[in-house]
Amino acid sequence: MYVLLFLAVPTLIAIGTGFFDNTGAFTLATVAALGDPVVLTTFFNSFWLSALTAVVGAVVGAVVCYALLGARPDGPLRTTIDSLSGVLAQFGGVMLAFAFVATIGIQGMVTLYLRDTFGLDIFENGVWLYSTTGLILPYIYFQVPLMIITFMPALQALKPQWAEANATLGGSTASYWFRIAFPVLAPSFIGSLLLLFANAFSSYATAAALVSQGSQIVPLQIRAALTSETLLGRENLAGALALGMIVVMAVVMVGYSALQSRAARWQQ
Amino acid sequence: MNSQQLTAQQPTAPTRPGTVVEFTGVVKEFSGMRALDGFNLTLHAGECVALLGPSGSGKTTALRVLAGLESTDAGSITIDGIDVSALSTSKRDMGMVFQSYSLFPHLSAGENVEFGLRMRKIKPAERRRRAAASLAMVGLDDHFDRFAHQLSGGQQQRVALARALVTEPRVLLLDEPLSALDAKVRVQLRDEIRRIQTELGITTLFVTHDQDEALAVADRVAVMRAGNIEQVGTPEELYSRPATPFIADFVGLSNRIDGLVRSARAEVYGTSLPLIDPATPDGPVTVSIRPEDIEFAAEGLAATVVTSSFLGSLRRTTLRLADGTILFLQHGVRVHPKAGENVFVNFTGAPVSTERVETASVAQQQS
Amino acid sequence: MTGLTTNGVAHAPSRTVRTIILGVVGVIFAVPIVAMIEFTLRAGLVGGYNVDRWVALFQSGFTGVYRPVLVALGNSVALAIGTVLIVLLLLIPTMLLVHIRFPRLRRVLEFICILPITIPAIVLVVGLAPVYAIVARMLGSGVWTLAFAYGITVLPFAYRAIQSNLDGVDVKTLTEAARTLGAGWGSVLLRVLVPNLRRGILAGAFIAVAVVLGEFTIASLLNRVNLQTALVVVSKVDPYTAVILSLLALAFAFLLLLVIGRLGAPRTRTSRRRTTVKGPA
Repeated sequence: MYVLLFLAVPTLIAIGTGFFDNTGAFTLATVAALGDPVVLTTFFNSFWLSALTAVVGAVVGAVVCYALLGARPDGPLRTTIDSLSGVLAQFGGVMLAFAFVATIGIQGMVTLYLRDTFGLDIFENGVWLYSTTGLILPYIYFQVPLMIITFMPALQALKPQWAEANATLGGSTASYWFRIAFPVLAPSFIGSLLLLFANAFSSYATAAALVSQGSQIVPLQIRAALTSETLLGRENLAGALALGMIVVMAVVMVGYSALQSRAARWQQ
Repeated sequence: MNSQQLTAQQPTAPTRPGTVVEFTGVVKEFSGMRALDGFNLTLHAGECVALLGPSGSGKTTALRVLAGLESTDAGSITIDGIDVSALSTSKRDMGMVFQSYSLFPHLSAGENVEFGLRMRKIKPAERRRRAAASLAMVGLDDHFDRFAHQLSGGQQQRVALARALVTEPRVLLLDEPLSALDAKVRVQLRDEIRRIQTELGITTLFVTHDQDEALAVADRVAVMRAGNIEQVGTPEELYSRPATPFIADFVGLSNRIDGLVRSARAEVYGTSLPLIDPATPDGPVTVSIRPEDIEFAAEGLAATVVTSSFLGSLRRTTLRLADGTILFLQHGVRVHPKAGENVFVNFTGAPVSTERVETASVAQQQS
Repeated sequence: MTGLTTNGVAHAPSRTVRTIILGVVGVIFAVPIVAMIEFTLRAGLVGGYNVDRWVALFQSGFTGVYRPVLVALGNSVALAIGTVLIVLLLLIPTMLLVHIRFPRLRRVLEFICILPITIPAIVLVVGLAPVYAIVARMLGSGVWTLAFAYGITVLPFAYRAIQSNLDGVDVKTLTEAARTLGAGWGSVLLRVLVPNLRRGILAGAFIAVAVVLGEFTIASLLNRVNLQTALVVVSKVDPYTAVILSLLALAFAFLLLLVIGRLGAPRTRTSRRRTTVKGPA
């Protein structure tokens, strides 16, 4: 179990460094830096980017799951989509950034197509792919597969008897979805949504590969703090930022467990 | 023997006018497999009919077709003379109890029962009153606020029954409602279903693969095989006069013994036994004899005891005859045969069915 | 009995609806991949398409400019092996021990194993930096030391894969049966448990490989070279090659997961598909 040292120690250090200055004395100054307007803006950026992509990803992913409901779980369709989702959700990162540069970069296929065919310049108001806005599409691209992976089991667990019981009791298809399926699925759906949020919030690779200048979201700011050699003592800021992230993640997780215990009222 | 082409008559009417259900020539195919193959059955008003059969015999399909959960490929289904084939499940006014897991997990027992009433836009106060009454009927009035996972399997099925009945449906459909329960609860709930069904006088179709259940609950039992009804009749008829060896074997336990029919009597190991159907032609047969129709005697057919097991109110003993044939006996617990003991037995009752055997296989069996 | 087939009341969508949904989403998701392919086939600024770059890449045998990528790939593979070893030698024995001997610790183990999901890799890096300063002094600054960190990031995925297999096998009874038949703990483990858990172990190992090959955050910020960081470096010099390599890597990962899926398909009857939870991308 000693491997846990590689988890517990780094986490503690990460949090710890936030509280100490470079002479080793305890300080709240770096934590106070979290209140800096620039830092606050990055947290805000990270937050809405994560929230937006989580919601879109969750909704689209859930619809795809619904579409897959009729397919045999061990059939070729499901296996292929499962594997594809796994690749895109876990393996994306850097490659995803490349893909979107190729798609909607300045010389991207879609960019050129739209420009040449419709005379539509998607970058009319500046190139947004390399800014926070530009992260939305790539993030959705890995959020949807993640949703498929995490939400499918819940949807699969809907018992056909419930639909049939609804029908024999005089219910319509609408009453099945609104009175039975949605309430039953709500905890899993929101749970997945939170997971997606956390996923986007902590995602680094795609952003790092795509955004080379500026630090619009928190992970990038940590990079800047870690790698900046111009400002000594800034590595403590990285600690403070990490602390901030952990706090946000903790809030998400507390929300998740609160939700679970609420659902536990009717779950085992 | 399966075509019970009875017209909608009203037999001894129960507490309220019952509903007549009629299947006529219903065909249902699943990817080339005929689950129902020209299925005919009539449920009289207020009657409980059990559909009994091994898995794959089409009994569940018959029930689901009636519920509208499956469409039919041919034939018609009428309720009180009106064809319902085109009617969707939610309009058919059926109460259905499923095998298991059919309670909505996010609703309490009471809310589950209220669900059907809510679909019928009944006001909250009345809804609650009727749900409570329905739960009381199944003995769970103090479990209104429990969720499914807080209830035992038997209680869940009671709630499901209350939920199915609260809307006062025309027909009650029971799809192996007891098969997921343990033995004791199963018997309790079985008797309770029978009591409630008789009290309400609701026309009921009960699907099961358990013959005890079918015999105990139903007014009439229809034994199914390969998408069709092999025999339909009262439990007594089925047990004492099985139309085919399949029924004799499936309903109750029976010994299959080689014999010979000669001038309207069956000769089995030197004993001449009466035949239920005197018209049986002469020739070699396999007869089915109930275990309670064989008795120990001071002299008669010699046999050796293989095992004997105590079943509470009776005892079942397995014997081997000199030629190797195995016989089962059911007898009182006061007789206690020991394994290896040599005994004599006599056949005391008529075979419940006889089956002609081709001569080739007789030679084989007697070797 | 035969009621398994779909029917009028089932909640599953009709074939048409399914095709439409999957079609639309599928096309949208295919666009970036197609764009990548299109990008690699572009023949310079004049326009038109050819396969020159693909040919060039394979003919060059990864020499010259692509040399770093090859080295990085080697690093990544070494890391993957190291991580898989950690999973095999540490995680699995621990899980079995907890499962058989200390079932009460199961919740604790589960919590610990799932925890890394909640801690972003980027946060881990902040803390890992000082740790690795020490590690580098003791063990040298070889790339393989990253395997320790990857062992942590892989933990949740490997745990889920193995646990779902563990749940489906009655390990306790199997162990007891083997013990009563005179097997020692060693042979119980190797001859009874490992064969029965083969699927979960393989799935766990494959996922570990996929995660390690796709890992960027930790390597990049600790200034180590692996496949992903090398791709970024190459993309600055020669974006076309970087995209080609990405496509190959994606295809490889897809095949890898497809194999896992196939492994999971037979012999599971009631259990759900073994999919994984997901951590930071």
